[in-house]
Amino acid sequence: MGSIENLVTQIQGLSGSVDDIAHLHNILKIADESLHAEPSALSSVLDQVDPAKHSLGYLYFLEAFTFGPVSKEQALTLIPILARFINCCDAQQIRFAPDKFVSVCKRFKDHVLLIESPLRGVSPMRAAVRKLQTTSEHLTTLHPDFLLLCILSKSYNIGLSVLEDDIFDVDQPRDLFLYCYYGGMICIGQKRFRKALELLHNVVTAPMNTINAIAVEAYKKYILVSLIHYGQFSTSLPKYASSAAQRNLKNFCQPYIELATTYSSGKIAEFKVYVDTNREKFDNDKNLGLVKQVVSSMYKHNIQRLTQTYLTLSLQDIANTVQLGSPKEAEMHVLQMIQDGEIFATINQKDGMVRFLEDPEQYKTCQMIERIDSSIQRIMTLSRKLNAMDELMSYDPLYLSKVGRERQRFDFDDFDTVPQKFPI
Amino acid sequence: MEPEDEIYENGGGEQPPPRSKPIISGEQLDVETYASLYRDRTKVARLLFIADRCDNEAMPLEALGMEALRMAYDEIKKGENTQLFREVVGKIRGRLGDKYEMDAAWCETVDRRAEQKKEKLENELNSYRTNLIKESIRMGYNDFGDFHYAHGALGDAFKSYVRTRDYCTTSKHIISMCMNAILVSIEMGQFTHVTSYVSKAEQTPDALDPITVAKLRCAAGLAHLETKKYKLAARKFLETGPELGSHYNEVIAPQDVATYGGLCALASFDRTELKNKVIDNLNFRNFLELVPEVRELINDFYSSHYASCLEYLGNLKPNLLLDIHLHDHVETLYDQIRHKALIQYTHPFVSVDLRMMANAFKTSVAGLEKELEALITDNQIQARIDSHNKILYARHADQRNATFQRVLQTGSEFDRDVRSMLLRANLIKYDHNLRASRKL
Repeated sequence: MGSIENLVTQIQGLSGSVDDIAHLHNILKIADESLHAEPSALSSVLDQVDPAKHSLGYLYFLEAFTFGPVSKEQALTLIPILARFINCCDAQQIRFAPDKFVSVCKRFKDHVLLIESPLRGVSPMRAAVRKLQTTSEHLTTLHPDFLLLCILSKSYNIGLSVLEDDIFDVDQPRDLFLYCYYGGMICIGQKRFRKALELLHNVVTAPMNTINAIAVEAYKKYILVSLIHYGQFSTSLPKYASSAAQRNLKNFCQPYIELATTYSSGKIAEFKVYVDTNREKFDNDKNLGLVKQVVSSMYKHNIQRLTQTYLTLSLQDIANTVQLGSPKEAEMHVLQMIQDGEIFATINQKDGMVRFLEDPEQYKTCQMIERIDSSIQRIMTLSRKLNAMDELMSYDPLYLSKVGRERQRFDFDDFDTVPQKFPI
Repeated sequence: MEPEDEIYENGGGEQPPPRSKPIISGEQLDVETYASLYRDRTKVARLLFIADRCDNEAMPLEALGMEALRMAYDEIKKGENTQLFREVVGKIRGRLGDKYEMDAAWCETVDRRAEQKKEKLENELNSYRTNLIKESIRMGYNDFGDFHYAHGALGDAFKSYVRTRDYCTTSKHIISMCMNAILVSIEMGQFTHVTSYVSKAEQTPDALDPITVAKLRCAAGLAHLETKKYKLAARKFLETGPELGSHYNEVIAPQDVATYGGLCALASFDRTELKNKVIDNLNFRNFLELVPEVRELINDFYSSHYASCLEYLGNLKPNLLLDIHLHDHVETLYDQIRHKALIQYTHPFVSVDLRMMANAFKTSVAGLEKELEALITDNQIQARIDSHNKILYARHADQRNATFQRVLQTGSEFDRDVRSMLLRANLIKYDHNLRASRKL
């Protein structure tokens, strides 16, 4: 008891400057074990410590306090405490002990899921993510948990706002897999198929030594989204995908690959039959909704192909070519596509004719110029980043020693051994 | 246009002198005159092919088939190939009367004679081989090759001919070896050998006489035709000199050169090449005179009289289907020619009335629309169809818009790819650091 009182005074005293906090951190690390030994005693102490000003100390206390399994009622009481802490803690202080912070937040997420109201966790988790990140390009372990809560509570927009940031630094590869997979699901939910494809592509082609279940599920969704967005799918993975992925992914996703081949044959009736026969498999993977979207996308792609060949076409002919039931159905489809902006056309109901128009975009407006300009800026930044990374790599001693060993030797004098380690 | 309709127009042919009547024409094939163009084994092979084809068709062609079988029987009896003889008798099945039955006695005599000859040749060859006189060894193998060829053992013939290669001293020897090898390869249907031996023959240091050059060109053309390289085949046939005459009758007749060359050229050349190499080609004109229908149809195509061109093609079709080399290429060539006609028709216009075009091609508007749709999807015609008014509008892509679109798309692709690359690089670096730290 006395030691805890001591700690409290120390925390209150040493939460001023950065050096103090470092010193405090060391003390707390030593005292950690004793804290874990008496979790029940900490509940009273928590009121004495201010989460905003003494974040580090509060964090340690909180972490020891919430250690161990909890019941539903306990979870209900804990959640507001945790939420308040996360919302008002000081980012700088908690970055001294990131793993403690991560475990606290994970427990928060578990509690929220336990009481089955994920919505309560969305906003605090977002704050947590922002506070843990060192830069906006940093992927923390909390990102996937945050996205999971977004998916479960169906608050996709908030998830999207975090997804807009580009990620370059990764703590753990496993986080990346989960992040991209959940991110892909959120984008699919919001019908942003291009971004979904990008995220799923990252999972599928990420370097991995052995195949993991996340990559397999991601590949299944990747096939389906690729069919919806592009109308085609190529089974060969790019060269930079890991060899484990290239060899094994297809074996786990056989029904989906067959789906893609049936799709490319263009016969809607056959395709529907295939979907029906394999309905259960798709359902088990929880992809049935997506598969239904693939079916409707087939009509869309067929109609889009027609715009390339015809200037005007009767609704009856469209219905026949695209294998729809009646001109009325064809009209519904075309109307939907015009509204979604997928094709440009006018429907003449008197004659039952559809007139396909060219894309009216003339690339002459101010908005277009701004768009092109911002694209150029963005790409220039990326280029600079790429160059910087390249330069950094070329200073790396390991790289230099490897290159030095294998470099071409033009002169007799070149046959000196390259030092393995540079004296620094 | 069904083959049966065409056949009803004319009965069997009369007996006109061979050169004046066009052999490959729209009228029913006259088997005797057709066969008189060839000799040796190819004559028999062609006759048997015609008989086979006619067997599968309807009743009126049966007379043609019977005629072919009769002539084949006579021709085989003149030679020494008992295997072919048995084949022909099997095909006749006694339908031609007593004179064309199985002649077992003849078979036996021929076989016995063959055995004796074979022994004699073997002994001779062995003695030559011990004497190590190159020339006689070469001639020995050559004789062996001829013997096998006459008896239908084509594989053995080929091997024997090829063996003479080691004993060839002059380029004349090499050329004769090549020609023999080519002949046997064509009969066997192994056209890769044909190409290699043609190039071997053409590489001899001495100048070849024009007849041999022409023969080699024909052989090369045939090889290309079989491998569906129609453009190369056309070029080879067109380069064949008129000196060919009937010197290569054991493989190909000049009428065939004209037909194959003309059709392949029509299917694969563009307009300038067609004009330069076919229409203005004086050498080839001699060949085309032998098949005036092909000449007419090429001229029609060039002058855009598509209806009559397609009509000639339709007329020629039944006879071409009976040709041993061309029959499985007829459909493809015809399709290609028709597509080229359609594309050429629409090329100069900004808008085309589909009804007039259907008239020009003697087809229905709906069918024409389907064909044009396929060509547009294939990107062979740049146009769009106004299905309501049945007009085809030429469509020239707006370069400026297309460029902008491509630029934006490339930009976003670059963006996406570089970002994933940087991410992957970081992952690999992380992995590497992890492994390095574990090692330490």
